[in-house]
Amino acid sequence: MKTTSSRTTNPQDLADLDSLLTAEEKAVREAVRQVCDDAVEPSIAQWYESGELPAARELAREFGKVGLLGMHLEGYGCAGMSAVDYGLACLELEASDSGIRSLVSVQGSLAMFAIWRWGSEEQKTEWLPQLATGEAIGCFGLTEPDFGSDPGSMRTTARRDGGDWVLDGAKMWITNGSIADVAVVWANAGEENGGIRGFVVPTSVPGFSAPKIKHKMSLRASITSELVLEGVRLPGSAILPEVRGLKGPLSCLNEARYGIVWGALGAGRSAFEAARRYSMEREQFGRPIAGFQLTQAKLANMAVELINGQLLALHLGRRKDEVGLRPDQVSLGKYNNVTKALEICRTARTILGANGISGEFPVMRHANNLESVLTYEGTVEMHTLMIGQALTGIPAYR
Amino acid sequence: MKIVVCVKHVPDAQGDRRFTDDHTVDREGVDGLLSELDEYAVEEALTIAEARSASGEDSTVTVLCMGPEGATDAVRKALQMGADAGVHVCDDALAGSDALATSKVLAAALRTLEFDLVLTGMASTDGLMSVVPAMLAQRLGLPQVTLAGKVELDGTTVRIERDGDSATEVIEAPLPALVSVTDQINDPRYPSFKGIMAAKKKPVNTLSLADLGLSPDDVGLSAAWSVVEAVAARPPRQAGQRITDEGDGGTRLVEFLAGAKIV
Repeated sequence: MKTTSSRTTNPQDLADLDSLLTAEEKAVREAVRQVCDDAVEPSIAQWYESGELPAARELAREFGKVGLLGMHLEGYGCAGMSAVDYGLACLELEASDSGIRSLVSVQGSLAMFAIWRWGSEEQKTEWLPQLATGEAIGCFGLTEPDFGSDPGSMRTTARRDGGDWVLDGAKMWITNGSIADVAVVWANAGEENGGIRGFVVPTSVPGFSAPKIKHKMSLRASITSELVLEGVRLPGSAILPEVRGLKGPLSCLNEARYGIVWGALGAGRSAFEAARRYSMEREQFGRPIAGFQLTQAKLANMAVELINGQLLALHLGRRKDEVGLRPDQVSLGKYNNVTKALEICRTARTILGANGISGEFPVMRHANNLESVLTYEGTVEMHTLMIGQALTGIPAYR
Repeated sequence: MKIVVCVKHVPDAQGDRRFTDDHTVDREGVDGLLSELDEYAVEEALTIAEARSASGEDSTVTVLCMGPEGATDAVRKALQMGADAGVHVCDDALAGSDALATSKVLAAALRTLEFDLVLTGMASTDGLMSVVPAMLAQRLGLPQVTLAGKVELDGTTVRIERDGDSATEVIEAPLPALVSVTDQINDPRYPSFKGIMAAKKKPVNTLSLADLGLSPDDVGLSAAWSVVEAVAARPPRQAGQRITDEGDGGTRLVEFLAGAKIV
C-alpha cells in the first residue's frame, strides 16, 4: 500500500493520522465501529432519554464476542491486545456514548484488571473467562459517599473473623453495580492486615445490595449504583492477595484513565462531525452557516484540538506499549483530552443552535456525558495537581 | 470439505467515486474494502466449514481475489473473519479487466486449487454486473447454482433455496459446484480481535499471470469485450417540493402523486 498523503481531503482525518496506524489497528477500530453501529447506535438516543440500559447484558455478550472485554489483558480468555488497540476501541465506543465506553472500561480495566493483576490463580480462573465473554458483569467499588479524591480515608472496613472476612460500609457512583455478578471492593482492613485491601465479592452474598442511582443528568445510558455492604461475610480466599494499600486501586484506575484519554475524543469527534454536517445543511441569510467565518473558526479549532488530542493519545499509547506510563503521564492525557473534548461538544452545541439541545442530535448527550467523564476516574482538579506535582515536586493536595 | 470463496476488493461506496481517463475506476487515494456482498459468501463458507469441522470432517476455507496490490486488504479481512488461507492474483496487466477476463483469471487460479465448493457473492458492489459466477462455472464445467438464500450440503450434493417474487425454488446439484449467495442468506460476522491477530500468521499466496500460464494479451483493458464508453456524474438531486398544509394538504399531496402518475 502506498503511504503517501491522500490526494483527497478527508474532513475526518485532515492530518492523515491513519497513516500512523497498522493495518491490524485499523481492523480493530473497524470491528468496534461495526459492533457499535449495529448494537448501540440504533438505540442509544432512546436509552439515554429513558435513563436505562436494558440491553446491558446483551451488549456485554456482543462485546465479549468481538473480544472487547479485558482486551488488553493476556490469558484467561482475554484477547491480549496492545494499549493502542485498547485506546482505539475506547474511542469508537465513546463515539457512540460515554456510558457504553464506561461499561467496557469498568469491566475490563477496573474489575478484570484488578483480578488479573492482583488476584489469586483461583480468582482469575473463576472470574476472568466469564467476564471476558460478557457472561458475567463486573464492577469496582472504591469511591464512597464521603470520599472521592481522597480514597485513603475510606470508611468501608474489612474485619477478620476466624478465617473469614466481614465487610461493612458503602460505595458510591459504581458503574455496572446493580447488574454486576462480581464486585471488586476496596476496604480498610486495618494496619495489621496491610491497610486498604481488595476483595472479590460475588454479588449474591448475603448483606450485599446495589440500589440504582436515579435522577442522573449525565451518563444516562449507563447503570450507576450504590454498593451497600452490611456484614458481608467472605471466605479468606476472597481477598486479593497480591497487593496492599492504595497502590492496588490506583493501578486499576490508571488503566481505566488511559482508556478515557482516547475515549473522550470519540465523544468529541461525534459532536464535531454532527456540527460540521449540520453547518453545511443549515441555511441562514441565504447560505449555509458553514460559510460564515465564525462557524469556520469554530470548526477549525475543534478539528485542530481533535488532532492534537489524538496525537497525544497515540503517543501515550505507544509509550505504554513500549515502556509503560507514569501516572502523571496518564493525568496529562486525561486532563487535556477530556477538557478539550468537552469544549468541542459545547462549541458543537452552539453551531447547532436550538437543535443543539435536542435529543435528535447526539451533541448535548455527549456534552452531558463528558461532564461526568471530567470528574470521574480522578477529577480534573486532581489531574491538574498531579501535573503540577510532576512539574514542581510539590504535592499541592496534601 | 474444501471451500474456495471468490472475493473482490472494491472502492468504499461511501467515498467519492472517480474515474480515470480510460473510464476505469480510479483507485488512487480511495479506501478499498472487501465487497459487502462477498462478506455473505465468506460467512456462509465459514459457517459450513465450522459445522463440518465440528462433526469431525477436516474443512478449510480459502479466499481467492484478483486485484491490484491493495486488494490484499480484502483477502486479509476474510482471513480475519476466519478463513484459513488466501490466494491473491496480482498483476499490472490485469488493470481494466472486464468480467470475461476476470472469470478467465479466477478459473485459472481455481484450477490450481482443490475444492468441493466454490462460493461467490451475488454481484460486486462496484461493477454490479453479476455475471462472473455464471462465467466461472461455465469455464470450470461446474454446475452453477446462483442466488442462493439458503445452502445445505450433504456429502455429495448441494441444495439451495432461491427466493423469487412468487415462489421459492429448491435447486440441487452434485459437488463440486459453484454457488452464489444473496445478501439475505446470513448475517456476516465481525472479525474478532483474536481473528485479527490470527490473520497476521495466515498464508496469502500471491500469483502473477505467468504463474497461472496466462498471457497479458488475454486480460486487461485492451482485451476487454465490454468497454465503458463514457461516464457522467449524476446531476445533483433537486430540492424537494414542500407542501404546507393549509387545510388542503391531503388534496395537494394526491394532486402531486397523480401529476407524477404514481396514483
